[in-house]
Amino acid sequence: MELFRLTAHELHDKLRAGEITSVEITQSVLERINAVDSKIQAYVTVVEELALEQARIVDVHLRDGDPLPLLAGIPVSLKDLICTKGIPTTCSSRILQDFVPPYDATVAQKLNDQQIVMLGKLNMDEFAMGSSTENSAFMVTRNPWDLERIPGGSSGGAAAAIAADAAICALGSDTGGSIRQPAALCGIVGMKPTYGRVSRYGLVAFASSLDQIGPLTKDVTDCAWMLNAICGHDPMDSTSVNLPVPDFTQSLVQDIEDLRIGIPDEYFIEGMESDVERRVREAIAELEGLGAQVVRVSLPHSEYAVATYYIIAPAEASANLARYDGVRYGFRAEETTDLIDMYKKTRSKGFGSEVKRRIMLGTYALSSGFYDAYYLKAQKVRTLIKQDFDEAFEQVDVIVAPTSPTGAFKIGEKVDDPLQMYLSDILTIPANLAGLPGISIPCGLTLQNLPVGLQIVGKPFDEETVLRTAYTYEQNTDHHKQRPTLE
Amino acid sequence: MMPRITMDEVLRVAHLARLEFDDTEIEVFTYHLGEILDYIGKLNELDTTDVPPTSHVLPVCNVIKTDKAWDSYAREVVLENAPSAEEGHFKVPKVID
Repeated sequence: MELFRLTAHELHDKLRAGEITSVEITQSVLERINAVDSKIQAYVTVVEELALEQARIVDVHLRDGDPLPLLAGIPVSLKDLICTKGIPTTCSSRILQDFVPPYDATVAQKLNDQQIVMLGKLNMDEFAMGSSTENSAFMVTRNPWDLERIPGGSSGGAAAAIAADAAICALGSDTGGSIRQPAALCGIVGMKPTYGRVSRYGLVAFASSLDQIGPLTKDVTDCAWMLNAICGHDPMDSTSVNLPVPDFTQSLVQDIEDLRIGIPDEYFIEGMESDVERRVREAIAELEGLGAQVVRVSLPHSEYAVATYYIIAPAEASANLARYDGVRYGFRAEETTDLIDMYKKTRSKGFGSEVKRRIMLGTYALSSGFYDAYYLKAQKVRTLIKQDFDEAFEQVDVIVAPTSPTGAFKIGEKVDDPLQMYLSDILTIPANLAGLPGISIPCGLTLQNLPVGLQIVGKPFDEETVLRTAYTYEQNTDHHKQRPTLE
Repeated sequence: MMPRITMDEVLRVAHLARLEFDDTEIEVFTYHLGEILDYIGKLNELDTTDVPPTSHVLPVCNVIKTDKAWDSYAREVVLENAPSAEEGHFKVPKVID
């Protein structure tokens, strides 16, 4: 049996029934990585020995009949910006190429508490800045559905690994769509929880008012399992919210008859691929057929979301990335004349051009004389965007839309045109600006055989209704079972 | 509409951000930043005079930790990632002559 093809919950059932061992699962996924990763290039680091050692420990506990957490013995991989004690955490950047964190991120610790098997670290756009994973300093990850195409980004390594069955579950981060967009383009499930739901302690910061960690998985059930593992208040992150965390598996029910689903006109934009629109409209009809009431809603300020985001995110990034100075950790340039020269040469050689572009944009927007025109203006428009959602959610329970206006584009297609690249996140950015939970689930393929993602956005801290809608759709369709052939 | 960002302004911002660029890079950066800022200028279509700014979506403020000491990392553990260290300190190029 090809164990690497299974979901976490399927593997869990087989583990507990004594049909398989965690070592067998781990070996199966490691072999899969060896077989396919030269094609897709999803992994920055694979920790084979550690993984097998962790699997052996779980197997001993299983043999002894010890009580174990749900995810025990299941291999999980992390986007390479989540700090892992003793395992390099590079952010796919030259500046952190040799960085080995002395501590675990809270989410990594929570997964260790679950006794998962850590497989390795996944490629990404450098510092999570990008929509295609082409901005990695190390390599370009490829879409398993078409190796000439990008997997989306910035969690492109995570999405590609899940789609290629080279990981069972993964964690990514989503600042403007970096979980949902690659999940859509690779035909898997990816969820950004509500801002504040998951601790960011140990997540390398990009834009602190937007960043959120979330799972990338093969189905909605695994997504709920991962959420159960990682959500919750953490005193180490002052933005993590002290609210009770529901058991998300309780939302895995097929029942949307009481739901009102809002379809925002503004999300069916000019330039959207007709196949993408078709698949999404079919999915909406399916949801209606399953009993939900579908209503049109308006989010009138949607068209300003990208412009707002490209002030706020770079401004916050320019402050967050000031810490890379070649003093305490990371790369330092050689042969410099003085301290300032050392800073400049270190940062100029250590960062790639997209990261520099965003630092420049953010520094400019925050610089004396421009603050009101850019940063304050963007914060005000952010209020309008958030109010749009508040008003829509007075009428509906969830909002359903496409995740991305197009399928996966070709490698190199947008690298020389940053603005076009930015616009590929046009449908995911608003949920980050408003702090809302959102999921992308597969809803079919384009005529070019590329996956299309259906986005479901919920009210703050109402991941449950998002999951219930996603689960009901998934259980009544077969899209999540489709896998690329990887020829 | 604001005038397009100039090469001199880009150089000034680069210094503030502690970055440096060669002549070709500066040209490309000036062009791309100009394009992006033009697009961002779209925000001026909206009258936001009476709109309060949102810096953060959560209604939280002043999260305070209990005033209690706890163990931190050992000095040598922290210095392990330093590009240059000596006698228990981070080492940097000479700052004062």
